[in-house]
Formats: sequence, C-alpha cells, structure tokens
Amino acid sequence: MPVHDALVNGERIMRICNACRYCEGYCAVFPAMERRLQFTPGDLNYLANLCHNCGECHYACQYSPPHEFDVNVPRSFAEIRAQTYRQYAWPAPLAAMFERNGLAVSVVLVLALVLAMVAAALILGRTLVAAPPDPSGAFYRFMPPAVMAALFGGVSLFVALALAMGFVRFWRDMGESFADFTRPAALWSAAKDVLRLEYLDGKGAGCTYPGEERSQARRWFHHLTFYGFALCFAATVAGTIYHYALGSKAPYGYLSLPVVLGTLGGIGLLIGPAGLLWLRLRSDPATGDAGQFGMDAAFIVLLLATSLTGLALLALRHTSVCGLALVVHLAVVMALFLTLPYGKFVHGIYRSGALVRYALEKSRPATNVGFD
Amino acid sequence: MSGALPDCEVLVVGGGNAALCAALSARERGARVTLVECAPKALRGGNSRHTRGLRCMHEAPTEVLTDTYSEEEFFGDLWRVTGGQTDEALARLAIRGSAVCVGWMKKHGVRFQHALGGTLHLGRTNAFFLGGGKALVNEYYAAAQRLGIEVHYDAEVVDLAIDDGVFDHAVVAVGGEKRTISAKALVVASGGFESNFDWLREAWGAAADNFLIRGTPYNMGTVMKMLFESDVEKIGDPTQCHAVAIDARAPKFDGGIVTRVDCVSLGIVVNRDGVRFYDEGEDFWPKRYAIWGRLVAQQPDQIAYSITDSSAVGRFMPTVFPPFKADSIEGLASQLNLPVEQLAATVRAFNRAVRPGTFDHAVLDDCRTKVLDPEKTHWARAIDAPPFYGYPLRPGITFTYLGAKVNERANVLMKGGSLSKNMFAAGEIMAGNILGKGYLAGFGMTIGTVFGRIAGEEAAAHARP
Repeated sequence: MPVHDALVNGERIMRICNACRYCEGYCAVFPAMERRLQFTPGDLNYLANLCHNCGECHYACQYSPPHEFDVNVPRSFAEIRAQTYRQYAWPAPLAAMFERNGLAVSVVLVLALVLAMVAAALILGRTLVAAPPDPSGAFYRFMPPAVMAALFGGVSLFVALALAMGFVRFWRDMGESFADFTRPAALWSAAKDVLRLEYLDGKGAGCTYPGEERSQARRWFHHLTFYGFALCFAATVAGTIYHYALGSKAPYGYLSLPVVLGTLGGIGLLIGPAGLLWLRLRSDPATGDAGQFGMDAAFIVLLLATSLTGLALLALRHTSVCGLALVVHLAVVMALFLTLPYGKFVHGIYRSGALVRYALEKSRPATNVGFD
Repeated sequence: MSGALPDCEVLVVGGGNAALCAALSARERGARVTLVECAPKALRGGNSRHTRGLRCMHEAPTEVLTDTYSEEEFFGDLWRVTGGQTDEALARLAIRGSAVCVGWMKKHGVRFQHALGGTLHLGRTNAFFLGGGKALVNEYYAAAQRLGIEVHYDAEVVDLAIDDGVFDHAVVAVGGEKRTISAKALVVASGGFESNFDWLREAWGAAADNFLIRGTPYNMGTVMKMLFESDVEKIGDPTQCHAVAIDARAPKFDGGIVTRVDCVSLGIVVNRDGVRFYDEGEDFWPKRYAIWGRLVAQQPDQIAYSITDSSAVGRFMPTVFPPFKADSIEGLASQLNLPVEQLAATVRAFNRAVRPGTFDHAVLDDCRTKVLDPEKTHWARAIDAPPFYGYPLRPGITFTYLGAKVNERANVLMKGGSLSKNMFAAGEIMAGNILGKGYLAGFGMTIGTVFGRIAGEEAAAHARP
C-alpha cells in the first residue's frame, strides 16, 4: 500500500475507534488514542509502533468486516509500521533494503559472505578443511584476530549507528524532546513493559495469536528469542574480555563463561525463533499484513541459523571441518548484523521507544473529556 | 422440506446475550440445547454486539464496580426514567439478579474492564465488558461450543407450531432449506422488531422512514409476530423504544455506539426550521441522551441540528463523522441547509437570554437563559466564539419495547392470563415488561442476562422434570 493510503486509512480507523473506545482495556494503544482528537502522521506512526499486533481488538470489533466501516486496527497498524521502518531507516538510501529483505535475499547474503570468507582464507593460504585440531588459538588459524575484530567491530559500529539514527528519527517524528527521553521513571516503566512483554500477556490470559483462542505461546517464544539473543550477545562480550583483558585465546572450554552463555543463549535462540516461525505460519491472515511475511521470516531464519551454526561450531570444533564451521557461523552472524537495521529487528527499537513515549504521556495531564 | 434437525430438549431462538445466557443455563441444568441464530456467524449476537456493559446492583465496591449501587437506588432510577411504567416485581428481580450475575458471566469466559479508569464515568453503576459486547458474545459462543450446545447460524425460524399455548416444533430455514426441529421447551430471545420498517411505519407512520437503526438488521420481529398470532399476550407500546439522537450521516443499520453525538448540552439544538424545541441543559447528558431520539422523531422531517461554537471542542466524546464547520452562523446555516435568517435569529435570541454564571459541565451549573422559550437551564453559554460547528441528528432506534408478557419465571403468558406450558422469553422481546418507556444505560443487558438465565433454567427444568 502506498505511503499516503496507509496513513489515510489509519486516520479513518482511529476516528472510528476514538468514538467507540470499547477496546480501551486491552493495551496501551487505546488509552494513548483517547488523549487525542486528531491523528497526525506522527501520532499514527507512534500508535502503530505501540501496537503489539495481538489481534484482540480485531476479534472484539463490532465494525470489522463485513461491517461497512471495515475496521481492522492490527492490519492497518502493521501496514503503517512497515512504512515507518523505511521512513526512519539510516542512511536513507538503504531504506530500499526493506523492499528486498526477504528470506531468499538473506540466504543469498549468507552464501555470498561464506564464499567471500572462504576465498579470503584461500588467498591468505589458510586451510579450512582437514586442519588438525589445535587446542590453543585454533580459531585464529582460519582468520587472524585483528581481521575478525576489525570486520565485526566495524559492522557492529555501523549497525549501532544506523539503529540509533533510526530511533532519533522516530523520536523526532513523534515530536518528543531528547531531554524527556532520559526521564528515569518513563524509562523504567517502559523497560518493565518490554522485558515482561506486558502487552502480549493480556493480564495473564495471553493474547489472541496465532488465532482467536488466547495463549501465552507467542510471549514465551519471544522471551526465549529475546533472552537467548541477549545471552549470545553477552557471550560475545565475555569472549572479547577474555581475549583482550585476560589474554586468553578462543576456543574456550565447555565450562567457560563465553561458552556457557553462548550455549544457553543458543538453545533459547533455537527454540524461540522456531516457535515464532511456527506461530507465524499459523497466524490468522485477518489480523496481519501478508506483505510482511518475508521480512518476518528472514529475521527469524537468520536468528535460527545463528544459533544452529554456533552450536554446530561448538560440536565440530575438534574435527577436521572446524574451519568451515567457523566461517559459516561468522558469515551467518555477519548477515544477521548487516540486516538488523533493515529488517524485523527494528520493531524492538521502535516499540520500546513508543513505550517510553507512552509512559511519558501518562505522566502528563490530558485535556480531552472522556479521559481519566 | 428436507429432513429434520436432531431433536433437542430446549430450543433457543436468537443469538444475542439473552439467548446465549438461556442456552448456557439450560445446558448447565443438563438439558440438550440447540440454538438457532438467524444472522451469519460474522454478524451473530444481535444488538448485544454493540453493547458495552451491564447495569449492576452492588452493596460494596468490587473489582469491576466502584462504590455501591443499592437495590433502592437502582429501582429509583428505573422508576424515574419509566415514569412508573414498570412491573415492579420483575424489575426488582432483574435488579437483584444483576448483583449475582458477574461471577456466572466470568465463569463462562466474559472478561470485564477494571472499575477505575474508562471513558464514561459509569464505573459505579455499570460493569464494562473488556472489549465490549462482541467480545462477550464471542466468549459465550466459545463456552457454548465447549459445553456441547448445538448452534446453527443463518438459521431463520419460519414457523412455530404452537397449540393452545404449548410449543411442539419449529420450522427453521437453514442455508435456504427448511428443517423441522422438535423440543420439549422453547426459549424465545429473538429481539425486537426495530429492523422491520413496515412494522415501524404501522406504529409511527411515514416518520419511521427517517429513523436509523443503531443495531442489527436482523431484528425483524418475525418470531414475535408468530407468538402474537398464537395468542401470546402482548406487553408494551409499539412506539416505545430506546431511541437516541445520532448523527444523521450514520448507516441505516448497525452504526452502533460511534454514531452518538454528545455535544447537545454544550450548545443548542434546532429543528429543520432553525428553531429550538427543548431544554438542552435539562440534566446531565447520560441521564438525558435517551429522550432525544424521541424528541427528534417528533420534529418535522425527523431531523435536528446540534449547534456549538469553539468553546465545546474537546468537552465531549469524539464523533465518528467530522462536524460541519464555518466561521459564521450564517455560513454554518447554509452548509446545513437551514434557513439562514432564522438560525441567526435563534442564536441571537439565545445569546441575549444567556445569564452570567460559572460554567462547569461536571455539575448542574448556574449558566442558564432567561427569558426564552424553551429555556436552557444549565450550561448555557453564548454561542459566539467561531468557528461554529454543526451536527445533523436523526432518531437512532436502539431497541423496541413491544413484546411478550412474562411472569417472574420468564414464562410466557397467553391471552386471558393463562401460562404457556413450555414457552419462555428473555431479552429485548420481553424487556417491555420492565421498561414501559425511557431507558437506563446498560439495563438491556441486565434484563437479558438475568431473564436469559431464568428462562434457560426454567426451560431445562420443564424439559427434564
């Protein structure tokens, strides 16, 4: 749907919802809506990113199709969210990557990176297959530590910058000040909402995903994914500290901190994304935007591939294919990182930002009637 | 006719709140229950899917209700709005029943909004369904499925075999095919007749053509008519109904809650001729919204216009259709096709009559007019701060009060005062027993829930003595 239309439709639907308000007990979106009499593009972008796409309001809606008002909040907001991801992307020319971030592209990217790394290793005269195990510093026989650090450090810095710039654009679009962003009460409130997935909990009943029957499945699979990802990230940080601060070279022992964190995280990152993908495949088409399946699937599959190849590396590191396993894992991680700012990952940035904004708004007086 | 549907013990006709409460209650008593809903699945639930909550008596604050709302206060409110046109025994039964139904509703999956917070400041008298009436209806249908109640959608009753007050079987058109279904007891919860314009015209004359129906287009009164033809005793006046003034641009049917226009008390209301006709500030809007449908219905062409200025912005619930807007009263009049001179004169006369006072929309304030006909007795402020806004209003029929007379066991009465042996009624089709006129927000769902449960239990008790 073109930019203009999604916002026009969203404004139309919000005007209907704001006159109805039956859904105000479900989530943060409706109380946030009730503070407004008009819905600017900035408002709609905020509300759309506040929406967790649980579907409750759609099943409860007296104006959903076949009603002529044709209200579908989850789908409308999914369409607007997709637009905001492109709108806020930095640098702007790379926003086009959102058009091509499907599963096939990710697979091609991974393969290209594998080939590039293999080629680099061959050019540098390093053997990836049938190199006998070497207990100390084995990984760096295939790629010198400086190259690895420069490659991943550089990519990480770029990704962090791109995500930060996207957030800045979102925050400005909502008309918020950066002074308010640092208010501890709002940050704390939003952090609780994010870390507990408050709005997928339905006050204990779960949410209507993948279908009309309520369940906690999405919340738990998302928790496994999120905390699995966090543990894997912590493992990387621990490894960096081991390497540079402690002078200890990878690979580390099975009971070392980086390996324990990485293994636990890897398991979470296997079950979580697999579960999310399973739910996504079964999700009710009525409450989603079919056009976003590629973006969702690509991110989920890259997460899965990261944990799979990471755990495979752990299993294969004393075999003759250690080098190949390492290169494949590094390529997958690199592909995951490169696509973070241009794929589904950004939902976490913008939703968290929207929740901070929601907490800020709650602390301000509202001027409209019917709101308390 | 192509074959019979499986027999059941209790047949429930209708698919809204009262029907579902009856079906679930009968099933809880062990009866085999079949429910026939004439709407397709996507539009199931009758008018209940447009509701928001039920009015509930309570002696202490609960999770879903603040403060207290005693039987006496509740009955007093009902007595006032109906002008005493109520069956006190049945009314008190509904009121007392409301005190104990929330637990039962929760048991069947209905969820409520927390008492604190919310839009309408009705948390003391009304318990709000989380997500509204369609969410409630969805939960009840899910419960019906879990309990093994047979539900048919697109199933319209085309004949009821009733002999001397005894129901024998129904003929139901399911997906175009006529099927018979026998049952030992019948619960009729098929709503009123407000979607049937021929019938409305009989009661209201040509004025009915200008009415809008806020709820389901499926309430044709077909089953009610069958009951009357089988000598069931009528109750209620066919012109009495819950009617509010809604936005004239609303769809003919099913516009629901969003078509309300809540700025009447903040400005003036004029008719087609640009003339005021009633005290817009008589009382708080939630206590007066239910008389304005009738007031507009009595005006020429059944249309009226709410006129406010910029001082009203943000002081009432947002409307689904944007207001007409102009920088002068004359400009607004021409947009609304009102006589320009007359509207300007009406506003001038009103502004001149406004006495000084301290405006406070939250209390019955001292802002009033003097001397004007009719006066505006509260919240009267000069309409002089442009831009000016206008909403066209039409009568919006929510539900009708004509129906079947019942006793305190929801048992249908026959002409001459005898009781039907096995017919019971619940919901809108018997609400006229309690609501002779007027309305209290949320009371329709109270009647539907309490009498639905009674009807279901009594029907089951009759079917399985």
